[in-house]
Amino acid sequence: MTNLQDAVVAVFIMAAVILASRALPFLLFSRRKAPAALSFVERYMPPVAMTVLAASSFASVRWVEFPYGGPEVLAGIAVALVHLWKRNALISIFGGTALYLFLRFLLKI
Amino acid sequence: MDRSSSTASVFSHALRASVPVFLGYIAIGIGFGLLAVNAGYPAWFAVLMSVVMYAGAAQYIAIGLFAAGASLGEMALVTLIVNLRHAAYGLSLIGPFKLVPRLRPYLIFSLTDETYALLSSVGDKEKSNGRWMFLVSLLDQSYWVLGTLIGAVAGSFIPFRLEGLDFALTALFIVLTIEQVLRIRDPKPFIVSVLATIAASLLLGARNSIVAAMVASVLVVALLEPGAFKKPEPKDTPL
Repeated sequence: MTNLQDAVVAVFIMAAVILASRALPFLLFSRRKAPAALSFVERYMPPVAMTVLAASSFASVRWVEFPYGGPEVLAGIAVALVHLWKRNALISIFGGTALYLFLRFLLKI
Repeated sequence: MDRSSSTASVFSHALRASVPVFLGYIAIGIGFGLLAVNAGYPAWFAVLMSVVMYAGAAQYIAIGLFAAGASLGEMALVTLIVNLRHAAYGLSLIGPFKLVPRLRPYLIFSLTDETYALLSSVGDKEKSNGRWMFLVSLLDQSYWVLGTLIGAVAGSFIPFRLEGLDFALTALFIVLTIEQVLRIRDPKPFIVSVLATIAASLLLGARNSIVAAMVASVLVVALLEPGAFKKPEPKDTPL
């Protein structure tokens, strides 16, 4: 195990790496315009990032064990349907999370 | 909402927008605080990590690397790989952040997946309101730090299980994906992204697949789009 002193040093180094990755586009393209080839990244990053983040939330589900991802899938579908119906983010998110917690409670997991 | 709107109304607007992140960050933050303390580190150290690193997955992985006694170089490299996706997030926020030079350093520092999700999903009105963006970012981090503190100090006394609460973040991403679908009205990026995520998580495991899936998706979508590498129409370039 890393001792506390070394761990503190490591935390600041990792923090610098994280900040650098977040700051990179701003450092590169604040003054000059991003090249045209990168404009597709700019355009497609929001839909791609949201979809990958949503889909990868399901990557850690244990599909081959009981309850075979049932709560995650049912609650996920409920979130999508409620959102298409009401277009109210808070209702969709609260409703879906409540349903998820309820299903887990029912299944005692 | 306009620039002249009162601080109180901007605050309540930001508070409302950040509620889903509140649920998720408190739940995952408590889990992180508990993990760090159980790994043998003091509570202040867990909070320090959430204040200066402020990156969910990277912090969880860092505790694992500490436990394994990894070298500084390994830690830096793993952190870089896990967080590289953040480099692509900023591209769509350069314009909006430029409007608020004084708040910009913090906006960049605090650009997590969830904050990016909130900031990139709003209309141009909010994007032109630096105080709104700043408050959303600050609130998100305060939830994360608060969750960490609770988990580190009192995590072992919490009588009920919080695990399921992090589904709020999954729900948030589903909602924001639907908003993107309704906005873009082109199924390609979404189908490609789902397939890429499934492929990447099967090949690389659940944890390391996000950046690979994002890179692959953007490239495939660009290849499917005839004019993707050319200059976009003027209306497509915000600011």
